[in-house]
Amino acid sequence: MAKQHPSGPLLSIGCEGSANKLGIGIISHDPTTGKSSILANIRDTFVSPPGTGFLPKDTARHHRAFFARVARAALAAAGITRPEKQLSCVCYTKGPGMGAPLQSVAVAARTIALLWDLPLVGVNHCVGHIEMGREITGADDPVVLYVSGGNTQVIAYAERRYRIFGETLDIAVGNCLDRFARTLAISNDPAPGYNIELLARKSSGRVLHDLPYAVKGMDCSFSGILTAADLLAAQMREQEARIAAGEVVKEEDRITPEDLCYSLQETIFAMLVEITERAMAHVGSNQVLIVGGVGCNERLQEMMGQMAKERGGNVYATDERFCIDNGIMIAHAGLLAYETGFRTPLEDSTCTQRFRTDEVYVKWRD
Amino acid sequence: MAKTAQWRKIHPPPPPPAQQQSEKPHEPKPETEQFPLPTILTYPSSTPPTLITQGAEARLYKTTYLLPSLPAALKYRPPKTWRHPVLDARLTRHRILAEARVLTRCRRAGVPVPAVYAVDEGAGWLAMEWIGGPPARAAINEWLKRRKEEEGGEGRAVPVTGKEERDKQLVALMRRIGSAVGRMHGVGVVHGDLTTSNMMLRPWEKGREPANGYAATGEGVGDGLLDGDIVIIDFGLASQSTSDEDRAVDLYVLERAFASTHSRAEALFTATLESSYKETFKQAPVVLKKLEEVRMRGRKRSMIG
Repeated sequence: MAKQHPSGPLLSIGCEGSANKLGIGIISHDPTTGKSSILANIRDTFVSPPGTGFLPKDTARHHRAFFARVARAALAAAGITRPEKQLSCVCYTKGPGMGAPLQSVAVAARTIALLWDLPLVGVNHCVGHIEMGREITGADDPVVLYVSGGNTQVIAYAERRYRIFGETLDIAVGNCLDRFARTLAISNDPAPGYNIELLARKSSGRVLHDLPYAVKGMDCSFSGILTAADLLAAQMREQEARIAAGEVVKEEDRITPEDLCYSLQETIFAMLVEITERAMAHVGSNQVLIVGGVGCNERLQEMMGQMAKERGGNVYATDERFCIDNGIMIAHAGLLAYETGFRTPLEDSTCTQRFRTDEVYVKWRD
Repeated sequence: MAKTAQWRKIHPPPPPPAQQQSEKPHEPKPETEQFPLPTILTYPSSTPPTLITQGAEARLYKTTYLLPSLPAALKYRPPKTWRHPVLDARLTRHRILAEARVLTRCRRAGVPVPAVYAVDEGAGWLAMEWIGGPPARAAINEWLKRRKEEEGGEGRAVPVTGKEERDKQLVALMRRIGSAVGRMHGVGVVHGDLTTSNMMLRPWEKGREPANGYAATGEGVGDGLLDGDIVIIDFGLASQSTSDEDRAVDLYVLERAFASTHSRAEALFTATLESSYKETFKQAPVVLKKLEEVRMRGRKRSMIG
């Protein structure tokens, strides 16, 4: 077993399923060089039909149905034939996330841990994102913008905790985008946010609809913006009905889905960049790392890049393999904790919908 | 507005020293030349400006107003290239005007804030009274550092509880912070970005320390380090509001900023703030009750207890 060869590389498997992605990844840490290498990163996404969101029960069913398949694929990709000997631990997402999908994956993680007689490591999903982002980009001590369907936080590290400097006061930014995609009934495949981004790119950029701009200090709010965007979408449908009835609507008064997506993106990303900039000014850092599913958005990366450049710094972003929920980040963050002696006993291997980023004691950083 | 554009043509801002940059990439440029100046600071008549700080939103220059002997703070909100120009113009204009309005309102009611000298919301600047002294954040951190050195111990820093005699100065400062915030809320203004970086410690004039117990100039850690009047600055996100919700969020933002910058004195701060806030602001109990709600509202808090 790996435990018997403390000098050799340590391998761990990570199981993630806090939302609609089921991800299993295998990572290896070399204790002598400190390097890590990704052996497998397999993901399967539950996609709901246009105009709908993913419900917990359906998502959980998806995760249960696909877990064995995805796990086998990950083991095969990593070339692991005897997991009970080659792996050091089984890491799983303890939270935060949707209850039912979290539970399905936690049950599966417990099962393989017992099957292979390996210790379990429960991982905070947000910390997983941050650690993977740091590992991939090499950003040393950045201000982190964590933006996804369930989370919107501006985070900076201080005294062994990832401290939350700002966050959303209501819904997450990704949730705002997902729900607006539902309003427009556009496809959820591969992700609603991606399809909004594609639509926004088609906009001329000449029209910027007036949407609320809700920043409070380093916090922000998105539900009012969603309501305002939904109202504009309703006006658009009304226009379409009038046009279908033969009425003439002036070209400059026309509301189009492209302009709506564009305006929504411009407004909410400006808010995100602004609160990130404020946090950077506050902690005196000029590095910024974007993680989470919304972090894939190239417009957000571009805006953040311009802001960081003006401050004489850099933006670090990853691509969809690591931005969007994945198993490898859970394996990585779990293994970091494992190396400091952290274990989750079987009887405590629960999961929780509420698990704040700043609750984790970060023993592996100075 | 058209006039401003014309002026810009006549007095183009000095070009960035590109050559110097390419020759010595690591040599820091003189601070003021690092960024293009707003037009108002390029006139030959004005005293050479010094860049004091580049905040997230704005750059603050020290310059003079009308007389070469009257120092002034000029807050310039440069256009944000990453923001849609329409949105950027709307926000800049709105924020400059809101800031000027709120400052004058506070000033009229005697809340300690800088006086407004001049405004040009189209060009994005606001000229204000210059406030001397360090920001409270720097003073508190320096004080906490000295106190830790005094303790001498390595290990984990024990929380500062304020019970000890030597913590008297810190408690007094926190009380001054609480009462300044209370007075501001009392005149119907919420700040929107209360942090200890946004509070200046203006030194007392000789022999004019307040005698109401807010000043504790006795023996203690770092003598005189925490002396001075609290002057609240940077009303860039402020608004006029009398809603308890807004006030509570204001306090919450301050509490969180304090916890993240001066973690050691977090518990002391909350207690002191609440008591001194109550003393200066009549509706404080309602707001503090609301604050409890706001604290619970942070996302994904554990629901235990």
